[in-house]
Amino acid sequence: MTAAFPDQIAVSAAITPRPLVRIVIVGHVDHGKSTLIGRLLHETGSLPDGKLDALKAVSARRGMPFEWSFLLDALQTERDQGITIDTSQIRFRTPSRDFVLIDAPGHTEFLRNMITGAAQADAAVLIVDAMEGVREQTRRHGYLLYLLGVRQVAVVINKMDRVGFDAGRFAALKAEIAGYLSGLGLTPAAVIPISARQGDGIARRTEAIGWHDGPTVLEALDRFSPARSASDLPLRLPVQAVYKFDDRRIIAGRIESGRIAVGDDVTVMPGAKRAVVKSIEAWPAPDPDAAPKTAQAGQSIGVTLDRELFLERGSVVAPAAASASAGRTIRARVFWLHAMPLAVGTQLTARIGTAEARGEVTAIDNAVDPGRLVSEHAAVIAQNRVGEIEIALARPLAADRHADNPHTGRIVLERDGRIVGGGLVQSVGDAGQPPATITDLAARAAALVPQLAALPAAERIAHLRREVAGRLVFTTSFGIEDQAITHMIVSQDLDIELVTLDTGRLFPEIYALWEQTEHHFGRRIRAVYPRHDALEALVAAQGINGFYGSREARLSCCEVRKVEPLGRALAGAAAWITGVRGDQSANRATMALLTFEPDSLLLKLNPLLDWSREDAVAFTARHGVPVNPLHDKGFLSIGCAPCTRALRPGEDERAGRWWWEDQSKKECGLHRT
Amino acid sequence: MTSTLQKETVAVAAGNSRSARASAATPMDRLDELEAQSIFIFREAFARLKKLALLWSLGKDSNVMIWLARKAFFGRVPFPAMHVDTGKKFPEMYAFRDRYAAEWGLDLLIEPCPPIDSVDPTLPPATRSAARKTEGLKQALAKHRFDGLITGIRRDEEPTRAKERVFSPRGAEGAWDVRDQPPEFWNHFNASPPPGAHLRVHPILHWTESDIWAYTRREGIPIIPLYLSRNGQRYRSLGDADITFPVASNAASIDEIIAELETTKTPERSGRAMDHESEDAFERLRTAGYL
Repeated sequence: MTAAFPDQIAVSAAITPRPLVRIVIVGHVDHGKSTLIGRLLHETGSLPDGKLDALKAVSARRGMPFEWSFLLDALQTERDQGITIDTSQIRFRTPSRDFVLIDAPGHTEFLRNMITGAAQADAAVLIVDAMEGVREQTRRHGYLLYLLGVRQVAVVINKMDRVGFDAGRFAALKAEIAGYLSGLGLTPAAVIPISARQGDGIARRTEAIGWHDGPTVLEALDRFSPARSASDLPLRLPVQAVYKFDDRRIIAGRIESGRIAVGDDVTVMPGAKRAVVKSIEAWPAPDPDAAPKTAQAGQSIGVTLDRELFLERGSVVAPAAASASAGRTIRARVFWLHAMPLAVGTQLTARIGTAEARGEVTAIDNAVDPGRLVSEHAAVIAQNRVGEIEIALARPLAADRHADNPHTGRIVLERDGRIVGGGLVQSVGDAGQPPATITDLAARAAALVPQLAALPAAERIAHLRREVAGRLVFTTSFGIEDQAITHMIVSQDLDIELVTLDTGRLFPEIYALWEQTEHHFGRRIRAVYPRHDALEALVAAQGINGFYGSREARLSCCEVRKVEPLGRALAGAAAWITGVRGDQSANRATMALLTFEPDSLLLKLNPLLDWSREDAVAFTARHGVPVNPLHDKGFLSIGCAPCTRALRPGEDERAGRWWWEDQSKKECGLHRT
Repeated sequence: MTSTLQKETVAVAAGNSRSARASAATPMDRLDELEAQSIFIFREAFARLKKLALLWSLGKDSNVMIWLARKAFFGRVPFPAMHVDTGKKFPEMYAFRDRYAAEWGLDLLIEPCPPIDSVDPTLPPATRSAARKTEGLKQALAKHRFDGLITGIRRDEEPTRAKERVFSPRGAEGAWDVRDQPPEFWNHFNASPPPGAHLRVHPILHWTESDIWAYTRREGIPIIPLYLSRNGQRYRSLGDADITFPVASNAASIDEIIAELETTKTPERSGRAMDHESEDAFERLRTAGYL
């Protein structure tokens, strides 16, 4: 089969690999994306043997005429429903280059998948149905191409056969779509009349479109180039990790832009620490005189420095002369994919390069539905919309403006461990100043401690309520201290939410007391439950009582049943009130009355910190507050039933919790000590 | 023993890898770009997941993966290489495994697969046979509690693999929820599996079969000789000996394989019986946790 010129082909493949260009096909649903892809593969002879017959069989089995979309819609559910759910990729080649064609779903509900596909592209083809014209997803996809940084775009006006190859219709649509894209700063490289089904305008300028003086689709694709390497911009090397596998301390990462050389003066951001590049490490280890001395944008490398600076994953190595900005306030134009709208006060994790920081949205401007082209004048950015945000970060991140560096000027937003948005950095705030909310909170905590210490417990809670705006949450597990605090909150009629975490493994006595407590105080206590999927996964992995197996297994169980639900209970709260006492165990003795938790941006009040157990017993007795009958049977600190036993005489108060483990570190992770 | 093995594996002269000739003066070529992206993915997985393993199927793709891992971590693979063994591989594959696990200093884990009786009887025969590996994998995951499994699938192999993410979440039973894959862009990956679940990490998802061979040649990575033509036939993809078949080919060297791939229109997995038993056989395998 290759007998003709095997040597010649092998050599050309080896020495001069053809350029590889990634093209995403986007546009409104049913405007012909799949048909265009099928046609391109067919016209270039790129389909494997038997594929056409297989697609015919798949179409016939569903009683449909031949359907190109089955080429990429490989999932049964996609084929059965006749829609593209997720993005896919397929290869084809022209005489001058190799292409990866990326198919992107046209339905709004799968916009996250369109973004996943389009973000990998060097260039895009935006397809418009000649009959239907520019539609919602046409505009939305165009806008997202801009936000994703795709700057090479060709437009095809498809189904020209259905409008009788009318040059006038084509000219009108061309003007409309080119105008829209130009408004975004995207100039289409070409606008091409085609019929993907019949083949006009794909590989050939057929008679029907003889009036078209521009390129065919294949000619337009051949003019696109691979994304340009950013070697000419200043050096940006985001650190992925520091490896100490042997006596070398290797700083590993990929160069996002610029070049690096042995002997370069560099700055590590944030913090602006200086060092000199000592070596560029490589494996297999080259001869000393052949060791690499320079590296460029795109390469994944490892370097050593001339001194042991503190640096970690997320740091950015930059030239001493042209360092990145670092700051705690970032402004960005973003798209948002989560069902819950993005609002001022939304808490997020921001990722830039390899760095991440918790943050809170402090402003929203110019929210737009890019599909309808109407400004929303809304205070929120709804799902699949775009807008400008300002985000205040718990710690400074190094970043560039997207206008200055397209590679390091991008921000990704994450919530609950899942990516939910992203966009282009417009500005990076003053490196010296943390955002107002965070400085305020930390300073506020420090200032309030002496005031609170001077007050009786009940007044501490009331004082915090007066001093702190926003939502206050008290989490109760119905222990004797918790019952006392519930009394303090209800009797003073404080606007504080009562929440309990039902792990599903509590003692029957707890449920009885829960009901009795609600009845006694006339208040409903909000219950927060574990996520069903996480719990099912946990039990499948470790068994129903797998937590006895190891400390690691026990902590996983606590994580799913208590810690993660607590995160949801406290989401968006300004402060958290707990019944922790300092004399319960050695590690609780060091907790403070009021602390600021930088990771969750919460104030945490432990109003009974200086109480003894006797104080709690006396308080509840005096006020007739119901308490757990288990306390009288030797259970003092009560958690989940399988992990709590009664105390023996003389034992430490928390000795009955996870009694089989090390005595000093028995926490589930709710309270950091 | 060693001399037999020497004959049975093919090692091409090494020494042309970029790291040995790296400099900013030469622009990166396509293999350099593929390599850099894979190394980046390996390092992200190692930084963000707690307990990783690399699935070593002994084939050309996973050997390239191990090579890339050694580059990423400067010669050392800092997590176990796990072979989920159906017990039905070709003898040459076992010989290769034992030799290179030692030579490359791998932390090798060999995990067995359960008997065929324990596998869903409604699957077509070859698919059912292949599904033993899924069961073996599930048992290994339950035993070691890995939160990340690095595997060598590629988009160009098969259409459902073309829809994969680089970091792909799996449920408790290893199941792939293709209807709800998270967004993934700009080399930011979703790396927080819920407890009990795990992530599949795909460092060579973006490579093609030709890329694998071109890189194998450039770097001098050893291969199992079954890939090379003998008597007009060779294996393009290696699996269980009883459900994997050779294709007609005269390509007896890596150069000839690369030349053959320039023109062939036969799909890579045409010799893998389980892909072709029914329209949805491979998707059923994959959604249940197969690679």
